[in-house]
Amino acid sequence: MGKLYDKLTEDYRIKEGLKACINCGTCTAICPAAEFYKYDPRKIVDIVQSKDDHEIENLLKSEQIWYCGECMSCLTRCPRKNAPGLVIMALRNLSMELGYFVESEKGRQQYALAKIISGNILNYGYCVYARTLKAKDHPEAGPLWEWIEQNMDDVYERNGANLEGEGPGALRRIPQEDLDQLKKIFDHTGATARIEAINRYSMEKAREMGLTPDEYFHHVFNNTEKEHLNQ
Amino acid sequence: MIYQGKQKIWSDYQKEIPDDHYFYVRSCIRQNLFPASEKTFLDITRNKLGKDFFETEHHTTCGGIAYHCDTIPQETSMTIIARQFALMHKYGYENYVCSCITSFGLYTETLETWHEFPELEAKIKDNLWKTCKLEFAKPKYLAHASDIIYKYRNLIAAQAKYKLINKKTGQPLRVVEHIGCHYGKMFPSKSVGGAEYPYVLAGMIEAWGGEVIDYPERRHCCGYGFRQYHIRSNRGYSLSNTHKKFESMEPYKPDMIITNCPGCPYFLDRWQYVISEMEGKTYGENGHGIPVFTYEEVAGLVMGYNPWDLGLQMHQVGVEPLLEKIGIPYDPKEKYKGPGGKDIGRPELPTCGCL
Repeated sequence: MGKLYDKLTEDYRIKEGLKACINCGTCTAICPAAEFYKYDPRKIVDIVQSKDDHEIENLLKSEQIWYCGECMSCLTRCPRKNAPGLVIMALRNLSMELGYFVESEKGRQQYALAKIISGNILNYGYCVYARTLKAKDHPEAGPLWEWIEQNMDDVYERNGANLEGEGPGALRRIPQEDLDQLKKIFDHTGATARIEAINRYSMEKAREMGLTPDEYFHHVFNNTEKEHLNQ
Repeated sequence: MIYQGKQKIWSDYQKEIPDDHYFYVRSCIRQNLFPASEKTFLDITRNKLGKDFFETEHHTTCGGIAYHCDTIPQETSMTIIARQFALMHKYGYENYVCSCITSFGLYTETLETWHEFPELEAKIKDNLWKTCKLEFAKPKYLAHASDIIYKYRNLIAAQAKYKLINKKTGQPLRVVEHIGCHYGKMFPSKSVGGAEYPYVLAGMIEAWGGEVIDYPERRHCCGYGFRQYHIRSNRGYSLSNTHKKFESMEPYKPDMIITNCPGCPYFLDRWQYVISEMEGKTYGENGHGIPVFTYEEVAGLVMGYNPWDLGLQMHQVGVEPLLEKIGIPYDPKEKYKGPGGKDIGRPELPTCGCL
């Protein structure tokens, strides 16, 4: 039994999501990611249950583990009630803990995700926040979002929100004492340590790639260099 | 009641949803993209139906998007959730209702994991006290906001001014319903109808006069995929999944789409815009898109709310053809007005202006 496998089994998502895989491939058949990316959850689960540390390390450094969309359609259909999606979450967790995530293009995107999503939680108390949604980063949101961005206070007031207001309501200003509690939770439960680890490994990688922190952010957010697609 | 035969099988897929007294928590995505839907939910439940739905400004995100983007550990999301439940208890409630499918899935996952691993529950309880000095509690009942509208669907029908019926032909509108993956795929027994026969939106459609469309990719993901959308260079994943759904539903000629999730209405709406810009293709009648709604928006429409009070101007795909089919009056000049009728301009038209 390998050390990486032992580390994985400490994760409750492995305890919940991996019983005994019979390798039937039903998860791959139902998986939206497997249709789009060069991705096969059946193979990934099989590698994990092989307990082969060398293969698991390759997996932790690979593009594959970042292709899943965590829709959990696999869980519904697995005849043994495994959850390949939960196995993926445990693999991603360990990949970030060991710094292996920067070895893959899709893994390096964690730097931007942590900045955007975890940043929004700590600053505003929301995972997504209108003031930080910029039309230039979201061309798919169309001319409608450009109009909303330009008239944000009026549009949200008209639509019944309480943008940056006191008291309850949509997009209210969450009181500072509540944001302080979120920060304490982050510090106590490992989220702050995760942000710091992601930043540390990412900045080492940025230096190796000859990029400033800003350039690295824009690179991982906007660019796809390798051929990931299943076609 | 004693159930037998098919009734018994169907009873396994039912939820006994409490009638009243809920602690209400909002959705990160819906607050930003469909804030009027949450306003409508509270207006219908509190003011039209006289129910008790309490909200406090002290609740926050559940952390679900961060959890599924893998930027926070499981222990962090569980402690944030424990804090939300503790607020419910502090304000004297036992029934918890969330406005988000991602939250609903994560709350369910958390409660099930605590049930299976009591030592983890004990650790989270300890985390909660050390970080927030709050008393640990769990809800007696966990609902998604659409469960509530489903529960009240016949009360809403009783107050309805309009039905989901084509005014000209007298035929029921043909409606696509999109459930959202984390509502019933992970823990089928916690959803109305389970993963095999999800009925939460179909029940509303039938109660309000429409006809549910079955099509091959009915249960396929909208393509949100968390990191597959939030990172710009991954969005082809999201677009491709939505595209697959629209190609599959197109032959069935839907009049409208009703969605369950916070993200799904956004993706099914905005990717139609992108497909029309990229390929010049639209999926509705006469070159229009297929309008996409939240369940509160549809409840509001049948109850006679002003479409612009429901926030339908925050959709990229125009809803006017659907309003006209039902016979709901609207003032096009009001559509993009600010508060008190203030002129704040209007969005530019997409290249495919009829969308």
